[in-house]
Amino acid sequence: MAMGREQVLQQVQEVLVDALGVDDDEVTEQATLMGDLGAESIDFLDIVFRLEKAFGIKIPREELFPAETLMNNPEFVNNGKLTERGLAELRDKMPHTDISAFEKDPDINKLGDLFTVGTIVNFVESKLKAA
Amino acid sequence: MRWIWIDKFVEFKSGESAVAVKNVTLAEEHLHDHFPGFAVMPECLCIEAMAQTAGILAGEAKNFEQKVILAKIKKAVFFDYVRPGDTLHIHAGIESISNEAASTTGRIMCGDKVIAEIDLMFSHIDQNLAGKHFPEENFVFTDTFKSLLQGSVFSSRRITESGK
Repeated sequence: MAMGREQVLQQVQEVLVDALGVDDDEVTEQATLMGDLGAESIDFLDIVFRLEKAFGIKIPREELFPAETLMNNPEFVNNGKLTERGLAELRDKMPHTDISAFEKDPDINKLGDLFTVGTIVNFVESKLKAA
Repeated sequence: MRWIWIDKFVEFKSGESAVAVKNVTLAEEHLHDHFPGFAVMPECLCIEAMAQTAGILAGEAKNFEQKVILAKIKKAVFFDYVRPGDTLHIHAGIESISNEAASTTGRIMCGDKVIAEIDLMFSHIDQNLAGKHFPEENFVFTDTFKSLLQGSVFSSRRITESGK
């Protein structure tokens, strides 16, 4: 049974409400996970587990949150900022995200702002189609 | 894990679930002050008991190769007090586990009474903290602690085999 985008969004919202302890009206498609919803790095792992359960899919964490893997690689991060190689990698791994604003100040603490609720919905939709 | 807050395991299904026992005694000094005249086990220490039970379960599932650190208390709901003389059964189960983390659910029982429901999230820190380096040795699961677990698991296997 194919799920419509509305249904996916609704389930993603439920996951985020449970994982982050936020109100459902805060979880808009535009909301950023870290900035608006207060997610911390461990929450990303929690969200991955919950999405897997909610949608019955397998999610390699680096696919949904490639930034996490980038941050763990010293070749891509120097002094708290992404290096040129890191930025190239990010463009490659997140083709559907506009990173032009981030590129001006590639502070890894701001990487989280690239992840919005909409990003997750897009990702889950693509996974469900592939399944 | 440098201090042990559970007494033994009575059930251990690798990668799935475990049950540990903790006997609460008035010999624990903090109970004298918490509270004078009405000793109650602090709820944070109930969470610690669950963290040790579930943390060992998660650690064993990956052959104690990961440094398993409590990262998030997803849920902690308490239904009753724990008093000196109580024997707690701490039931923990693995909900999800990956290379980077583990998520567990759990329930603390005293006899038939549910004391608490506690769901936790553990991080395998070597896989997570932005390339920061930690000591080579696994400071979470020390030898002393592992030998305690082995003793418990062996005795629990005997319990299972004898059909009790």
